Amino acid sequence: MKILLIAIAMSFVAIFLLLPLFVVFAEAFKQGLHAYFAAFEDADALHAIKLTIIIALIAVPLNMVFGIAASWAITRFNFMGKSLLLTLIDLPFSVSPVIAGLIYVLLYGKNSPVGGFLLAHNIQIIFAMPGMVMATIFVTFPFVARELIPLMQDQGSDEEEASILLGASPFYTFFKITLPNIKWGLLYGVLLCNARAMGEFGAVSVVSGRIRGLTTTVPLHVQILHDEYNFVAAFAIASILSILALVTLAIKSMIEWRFKDRGGRKA
Amino acid sequence: MKFSNRFKKPSIMPGFGLSLGFTVFYLSLIVLLPLSGLFIKTASLSFHQFWQVITSARVMASYRLTFGTALIAAFINSIFGLIVSWVLARYQFPGKKIIDAMVDLPFALPTAVAGIALTAIYTKNGWLGQYLEPMGIHVAFTSTGIVIALIFVGLPFVVRTIEPVLQEFDAEIEEAAASLGASRWQVFTKIIFPHIFPAFLTGFSLAFARGLGEYGSVIFIAGNMPMKSEIIPVQIVIKLEQYDYAGATAIALVMLIISFILLLIINLLQKWSSVSQGKM
Repeated sequence: MKILLIAIAMSFVAIFLLLPLFVVFAEAFKQGLHAYFAAFEDADALHAIKLTIIIALIAVPLNMVFGIAASWAITRFNFMGKSLLLTLIDLPFSVSPVIAGLIYVLLYGKNSPVGGFLLAHNIQIIFAMPGMVMATIFVTFPFVARELIPLMQDQGSDEEEASILLGASPFYTFFKITLPNIKWGLLYGVLLCNARAMGEFGAVSVVSGRIRGLTTTVPLHVQILHDEYNFVAAFAIASILSILALVTLAIKSMIEWRFKDRGGRKA
Repeated sequence: MKFSNRFKKPSIMPGFGLSLGFTVFYLSLIVLLPLSGLFIKTASLSFHQFWQVITSARVMASYRLTFGTALIAAFINSIFGLIVSWVLARYQFPGKKIIDAMVDLPFALPTAVAGIALTAIYTKNGWLGQYLEPMGIHVAFTSTGIVIALIFVGLPFVVRTIEPVLQEFDAEIEEAAASLGASRWQVFTKIIFPHIFPAFLTGFSLAFARGLGEYGSVIFIAGNMPMKSEIIPVQIVIKLEQYDYAGATAIALVMLIISFILLLIINLLQKWSSVSQGKM
């Protein structure tokens, strides 16, 4: 019975999860190494990679600060409206990415009061980078907060209270006590946030207009290549994100392993 | 009682104003403001217009497809997710670490990458498709393909919800039951399953909610043919591309309301789950 269950579980995971991952690399290298690397010499592809990195470099640190602020407020204090706050933080998880993109188009697009005002001052948000950054922030901001909240909740505020009582300044307390305690959870949250930010498709697709060479990120560029039947190039570019995903998962496993080594303190 | 004391319990912890202030500011800018834009736009539609859009035949077909596939995928994920969680929580076997790490793959892998990979697998000349098509099993460009894509994205939600509960389950209760003469099946159905049922439902709902909104991994394998294989997010994008903002908003609003309701249900389920585990 046990063997049967293990076999079923392993086959399910292999077919539904491992096979797609394997196929990304198999298809990318289908025509050999030369074709694989040729995909990265395309100017549009390089621009897409650059744009993706810039968006992540803006979105992830902002979301990290938010995550820390939100978890601090939620886990260290008791106040009215906490559950509402938690629900709002969980919101992007239950909203389709396309809808996330839509609401930004509605707010900042040509036809809205805000959008019209901005366009008159030559600030373009939709179909340009600012809109893409904001849509990415919307979709990925819960990751750090959701990782930190249970962690900080579990750890409790005893150490920090002791520190304050002994006369330390709030910032000293934060950097010397809180931060070291949450560093692994924070790292994992940031990694997930980053992986999702770089890979976000639906929301950015709606907001960016998918103008090739101008407003395409790596996932959008993959779609363009795929639609043009340029499969090897599509999978080659896709493979970078797959490698990023694997690195994220590897670091996560290492973090969990280290925690098990440290006397079972929960990650 | 002072009003400020009713709002927040007094505490010596610093930084309440700063942290809460920043949090609320950020949330307003990123979430509340844009969402209000949606509601304002909807208010500008007449009810008749709104009803026309969301009950048109094409959109109705989309709703049926989106809900149907999400339901089936969530169901399959619940069953197999339970098996995977069970195996991960209770057994040791070679390769267990890899399986455990891989369960999180759909969280880390971009949906578009998953989408093109799945398409490559299930098309006529694809890795699995070349065997399935001659048998008459059509996956790519049909709703079956959509279900498979949704299974991919939804599995981690089920496993990561059920597995912790299984791991924390007190073996003593099981052993007591066994020593009192219960068969393994009885132990499972009468003791273990009722205990993990809230988590099971939560995982199902999370996978379902995710399946409803999924876009990137589905559009490649779906075929996107009107009335047959178009999911709701695709409808919204099509209306946007035609600059039919009113139409897109109407469809989006319905989905948003459903998402809110689901979110509420999930939160309630999670509360029930914590209570039944004795955490609250």
